[in-house]
Amino acid sequence: MTNVSNPVLAVRGLSKSFGGVHAVADVNFFLDAGELLALIGPNGAGKTTCFNMLNGQLPPDAGSVKLQGRELVGMTPRQVWRLGVGRTFQITATFASMTVRENVQMALISHHKRIRALWRRTGDHYADEALALLDRVGMAEQAERACGVLAYGDLKRVELAVALANEPQLLLMDEPTAGMAPQERIDLMALTAGIVRERSISVLFTEHDMDVVFAHSDRVMVLNRGELVAEGSPAAVRADPLVQEIYLGAGSTFGSDEQPAATTTADAAAGGTHA
Amino acid sequence: MGFYFAQFLTGLASAASLFLVASGLSIIFGVTRIVNFAHGSFYMLGAYLAYTLVDAWQAGPFGFWGAVIIAAVAVGFIGAAIEFLLLRRIYHAPEMFQLVATFGVVLVIQDLTLMIWGAEDLVGPRAPGLDGAVEIFGELVPEYDLALIVLGPAVLGGLWLLFNRTRWGTLVRAATQDREMVGALGVNQSWLFTGVFFLGSLLAGLGGALQVPREAVSLLMDLNIIAEAFVVVVIGGMGSIPGAFLAAVLLGEMNAFGILIFPQITLVMMFLVMAVVLVVRPWGLLGKAEAAARPPSGAAEPPLRVAGGMMRWLAMGGLAVLLLLPFLTDEFTLVLLIDIMVFALFAASLHFIMGAGGMVSFGHAAYFGLGAYGAALLIKFLSMPMELTLILAPVIAGIGALAFGWFCVRLSGVYLAMLSMAFAQIAWSVVFQWYEVTGGDDGLLGIWPSEWASDKTVFYYLTIAVCGGGIWALRRILFAPFGYTLRAGRDSALRVDAIGIDLRRHQWFSFALAGMFAGIAGTIYVFSKGSVFPDEMSIPRSVDGLIMVLLGGVQTVAGPVVGAASLTLLEDFISRLDYWRMMLGAVVIAIVVAAPQGIAGAFLQLIPARWTGREETA
Ligand SMILES: Nc1ncnc2c1ncn2[C@@H]1O[C@H](COP(=O)(O)OP(=O)(O)O)[C@@H](O)[C@H]1O
Ligand SMILES: [Mg+2]
Repeated sequence: MTNVSNPVLAVRGLSKSFGGVHAVADVNFFLDAGELLALIGPNGAGKTTCFNMLNGQLPPDAGSVKLQGRELVGMTPRQVWRLGVGRTFQITATFASMTVRENVQMALISHHKRIRALWRRTGDHYADEALALLDRVGMAEQAERACGVLAYGDLKRVELAVALANEPQLLLMDEPTAGMAPQERIDLMALTAGIVRERSISVLFTEHDMDVVFAHSDRVMVLNRGELVAEGSPAAVRADPLVQEIYLGAGSTFGSDEQPAATTTADAAAGGTHA
Repeated sequence: MGFYFAQFLTGLASAASLFLVASGLSIIFGVTRIVNFAHGSFYMLGAYLAYTLVDAWQAGPFGFWGAVIIAAVAVGFIGAAIEFLLLRRIYHAPEMFQLVATFGVVLVIQDLTLMIWGAEDLVGPRAPGLDGAVEIFGELVPEYDLALIVLGPAVLGGLWLLFNRTRWGTLVRAATQDREMVGALGVNQSWLFTGVFFLGSLLAGLGGALQVPREAVSLLMDLNIIAEAFVVVVIGGMGSIPGAFLAAVLLGEMNAFGILIFPQITLVMMFLVMAVVLVVRPWGLLGKAEAAARPPSGAAEPPLRVAGGMMRWLAMGGLAVLLLLPFLTDEFTLVLLIDIMVFALFAASLHFIMGAGGMVSFGHAAYFGLGAYGAALLIKFLSMPMELTLILAPVIAGIGALAFGWFCVRLSGVYLAMLSMAFAQIAWSVVFQWYEVTGGDDGLLGIWPSEWASDKTVFYYLTIAVCGGGIWALRRILFAPFGYTLRAGRDSALRVDAIGIDLRRHQWFSFALAGMFAGIAGTIYVFSKGSVFPDEMSIPRSVDGLIMVLLGGVQTVAGPVVGAASLTLLEDFISRLDYWRMMLGAVVIAIVVAAPQGIAGAFLQLIPARWTGREETA
């Protein structure tokens, strides 16, 4: 475990079971300021459940989540958001009956506590800020299109712009590149990395594409069946035999005689994304 | 002691009929997901049919029970026929369309019943062989009540056997849990649905038929029972038959004892219990929490667009015509136009929470009525001038909506629709029963505008200013962050929460705001008529609002105005004819089946996008 004196996020003993199944079991980690931390693991490992507990969507059975020393457990998602935690979802959640620009404007309007304004048109609120954010994620040309008709990859970009609207210090991105073509994934993650570096935002993200993970994360954690099984620099994690087993299965050329139990996870190995 | 026990038995006896009706409603909802407004009409039909048959076969006890059973079976076939002819076409329509379509059936059956049996209340004979009374603990208890007390649990047991011991029942239970799965099993789903409708309607008919010896058969039975049956189903848990039984007994006893303690507010108590249950256990006492809300059907609504040039000119032109009309027409036309504007504002206020918020209120007339009664009472008891009541009465309506809305926004979909209707019934029953203050059925008369506005033409201009202004303000709010936040919550509650918005609270404020605007409409209405009656808060008035929104099209901002004008003109035209309810019902059904996007919606699709400022969606 990295020794961080003043982490942005400190997670201790986080656990959640669904009817006896330990979706997340005693997870501990820190996230440093400006750090890009990847959380990887096969489908069903508990990544989304973990995210849902971090932003208050799901109450943990046990554990603590501290944002700069402040306990988040027990808060609602909207309270967590007000503290500067942006979230993107594995399955995008946008306002389909609004334009791309209006989606971002809604986040800005909420950030500035103007949701109950009765008179001035929504379109006239924070339009420039919204366009600037959209420009930053490469969506400015599509600002006036309805979110209901966008391609999936574009929706992911809109979500990123929305998540940036309240000047967050922490972004939680659940599979930000799911459903994209390989080149598009690399581009989006490069874009994200650029944005968060220039604003020194910390990021916790999950990702299936190992190329993306190894290219853009500062540190990688591996979750398997709810438990953190490895953690370290991308290179170290890549070299970890246990991780290779989880990801590549027992037939891997690296050999795996020390960890015979790992064969059972081979069928659940990574690759696909949730529908 | 004996008296209380007798009272307890009376409660149980009245629970029996209620249970029969509610269990039928619950079974139908469980499988088809349709909240069948016409269920009360089936109950009423059962009573009328049984009355006629009992009358014809009065000889001997077999005649009575035979009549009851045949009446119930006949109602079962009527229900199945309606399912087959109408509801089958709208299973995939949004809930609101289904509710409104079944209300169309209510209207048709009401007039058919009037046609066949006349407007007089009919008093049926006692049940032969059970027309005496038994002494229990020194109190006389009717034998027929005892028979009903036995019958309730017997039907419950029979239904349990049917659902747990027969193949058909197992299929129905499976369908209640997962409709798609039954389709995958290769079961003929449509016949299963028809069968369920048959059973549910039969139970309603049986409930009605059994009431013949206990109460007069009347044309009010349908709406009276449906509100109660909704309450029972919601308290017991949608789709749960034991829950319906438990809730029916609870309500039966509450009525039996409540009448001793608070005779004035038995109706109110019933709805209060429902409100408490819904807040504490939203899925009812014995119901199961819904796994997931039904996903919104159909494609996403296109983004709102500021009206394009052509539309603006149209609106300006319309306003100019309205302003010039007093010089061109007679007073009758002005009265009609005032009605149209009042209802346009009423419909626009409903459209605000329904279209933008996705909250279908089935009791919006409560706030229209609160505005109307608020104004009337302020004038009667405080002799307030009209100008002041125009401000205060809508505030009263808004406060009412704030109180009721707090409960309503905790629910969604059909639960919200039913709870809002329950609250409207509370308001209605208070107004109806509180004779000393509200005049009850006689209403409040002599509520006229101030001297300066008493001329029809002046009042007409006042209406344009207030109602037109109200519609314009609602439109502004719809385009402002307040309205957008409401839309956002409808589109994705998850995202709204994740950008720091307290959706429930915003929906609550929106509900209150819509109630206040409905109250403005009600206030103008009472001054235009000079009187107000409980009808202004009744279910048909609430449904009028829904029909207007539906006629105009839910997804169009101009819809409510078009819808209000169409329905008011239509009602004005056909209400001079006999059996106009039937025609209205037929029109409503036809619209739901044929033009679900409404008149304004259909019109908008015909004209070029650049005129309206709409973007063509890909
Ligand atoms: N709401 C839930 N109810 C029951 N089980 C759940 C629920 N959410 C997740 N799970 C289970 O928890 C485990 C972890 O799921 P998830 O967090 O979605 O994994 P990941 O995001 O890593 O693919 C899975 O076995 C999944 O089936
Ligand atoms: Mg996941």
